[in-house]
Amino acid sequence: MSDTQIPLPSLADRAHKLNAGGAVVGVHFLGSTPVFVLGEEALLFAGEAERRLAIHSGAVLASAADGERIVTGGDDGKLIETGASGEHRVIASDDDKRWIDQVVLGPDGALAWSAGKIARVRTRKGKLRVFEAPSTVAGLAFAPKGFRLAVAHYNGATLWFPNATGAQPERFEWKGSHLGVTISPDGRFLITCMQEPMLHGWRIADGKHMRMSGYSTRVRSLGWTAGGEFLATSGSEQLILWPFDGKDGPMGRQPKILARAEARVVVVACHPRHPVVAAGYADGSVKLVRIDDDALILVRQSDGQPVTALGWDGAGQILGFGTETGEAGILAL
Amino acid sequence: MVGRSRDVAACAPINGARVGFVVRRKIAYMGPKRSFQFMAPSDAASKIPVTVLTGYLGAGKTTLLNRILSEPHGKKFAVIVNEFGEIGIDNELVVNADEEVFEMNNGCVCCTVRGDLVRIIDGLMRRRGKFDGIIVETTGLADPAPVAQTFFMDEQVGAKTKLDAVVTVADAKWLKDRLKDAPEAKNQIAFADVILVNKTDLVGPEELSELEARIRGLNPYARLHRTERAKIDIDEVLGRNAFDLDRILTIEPDFLQGESHDHDHHHDHGAHQHHHGNGLKHYHDEDMQSVALRTDKALNPDKFFPWIQDLVAKDGPNILRCKGILSFKDDPERFVFQGVHMILDGDHQRPWKEGETRDSRIVFIGRDLPEDKIRQGFESCIA
Repeated sequence: MSDTQIPLPSLADRAHKLNAGGAVVGVHFLGSTPVFVLGEEALLFAGEAERRLAIHSGAVLASAADGERIVTGGDDGKLIETGASGEHRVIASDDDKRWIDQVVLGPDGALAWSAGKIARVRTRKGKLRVFEAPSTVAGLAFAPKGFRLAVAHYNGATLWFPNATGAQPERFEWKGSHLGVTISPDGRFLITCMQEPMLHGWRIADGKHMRMSGYSTRVRSLGWTAGGEFLATSGSEQLILWPFDGKDGPMGRQPKILARAEARVVVVACHPRHPVVAAGYADGSVKLVRIDDDALILVRQSDGQPVTALGWDGAGQILGFGTETGEAGILAL
Repeated sequence: MVGRSRDVAACAPINGARVGFVVRRKIAYMGPKRSFQFMAPSDAASKIPVTVLTGYLGAGKTTLLNRILSEPHGKKFAVIVNEFGEIGIDNELVVNADEEVFEMNNGCVCCTVRGDLVRIIDGLMRRRGKFDGIIVETTGLADPAPVAQTFFMDEQVGAKTKLDAVVTVADAKWLKDRLKDAPEAKNQIAFADVILVNKTDLVGPEELSELEARIRGLNPYARLHRTERAKIDIDEVLGRNAFDLDRILTIEPDFLQGESHDHDHHHDHGAHQHHHGNGLKHYHDEDMQSVALRTDKALNPDKFFPWIQDLVAKDGPNILRCKGILSFKDDPERFVFQGVHMILDGDHQRPWKEGETRDSRIVFIGRDLPEDKIRQGFESCIA
């Protein structure tokens, strides 16, 4: 156990701090401009001049970005795309004002979102495909290759080929509520976060189950390290990294356990190029964790305000972070 | 809880095998507290209270809901309803719910949770500050237990909100029939903290006291009110703190609690045989009943906790609610607990006061409860 009495090397003083004026629920980058997604209504562009842009009339429930645009879903039933200059437009709007719960962007410019049981995909060319899940969609993820979408729901997850009309979606079953989903970068494993403090996984080729348990709370944040070697996860008083490098992924193997602390890791964000993970804790601290040797650098001091958002720019030069009470920060490395 | 980090187990390849039984919130007894200082949970006040409105179809839930929303109390509510748009609810924050109930994957068949509530409350908390409370209106056929259990089983929900009370609206004219043919209606009565016997203008006084006696046979502990068109003082419905361990003051049947509420029994005097002193006829329901236990001898915690945990593990599916105030040997503090099916929650509450009777009381409300077995088990916990 690392001794918390010895102060960590710290970059906290170098971070630019700003007050977002409300809970921060996401951090994305449009080019090199950090954009904070607020829990209610607005995006906060933190470029040379701060700019607050109200786009939703209510809570912002989900967001995704690809460097050029941010797409947000709200409890106003709207799906809104915002570009780097702040121009925004409504892409879809639910007639019954049902909440847009999930939003993800695909590798080829495709967009997927869900409201209740209905998941929709819009291709780059603007074609719309619809899939009805057996219960409320609680997680969406595009496969890294091939036009394929993973949908998490009760009692399992489904892999859906939106363009293969007539093809039966492939169902992966495991009892319980699956609240998030991801596909390994090599496309071989499907992993879900469950209501229980554990992850469930399937090897896609043969449906073989795996269970990743031992967490002290529900896993709410996941990320693949550069190269897809590890799946970094929140939910414990350590940063938990499951190895996915071998043929069988993490089956029968121990995870790497890094950055032990008194507080729980609540958000993770993997560096896009290097084996480094940014971990946000329930006590407000943010640390950079080097996977090879568990070297830690403090980015934000603990102050009791849970970290709610973390994000890297595409080049891995800038880290943005935000808390439940609306304190945001940007650290340029 | 603090500081003990748990190691994460190796990823286990499994072939459809069930995972081991886990109850996340167990009651734990850490021995008598050394200090006499009573510490209230520091964050209880900042949690958003959630009121659950149940009642069989047509009993008047929506009437009550609209009454709560339109009273000039200056409070704002987020309302979670089912048939979105079908019934007029004049409120800014109305959320449609799907009532998706699922079993926790912990080997416990009664650990059911409302998954949609987990999601909706998560979303609503992004607009924290826009409302003072949440009201969940269930469908007429809903079992209140999964709603209540959601607040114990999901940590995030439990951290931001607190279950205030389950309020059941009963139709004075039709409930008697529904108790015979609709198990849901019986569940809703047995589970309730507050019961409104509504539409009292449609029945005569004898029919009404007969019905109340039947309700008492199922649930002697809920607060019972007579209403017409769900007209009631809002404070009788909201801010009840029925699931707050700090507010477990006494465990007495409601009709013994004196003059503090508004229903009167006078019209019923002398009308029936088998009266209790308060003028209510006594009914025993065939399959739903309450078991009340009491002893003035101190309990042995090393016997009590294994017993209660074993009891709810085995009979939990049939136990709807339980509640207790306990006096342990050599412990200067009262220990209180409550439970829903297999989930128990308990803690030291406060020091016993000087001159206060140090007795232990427990009540179970449930279906086909093995009363003799429960009584014997409880007796064996005496120190």
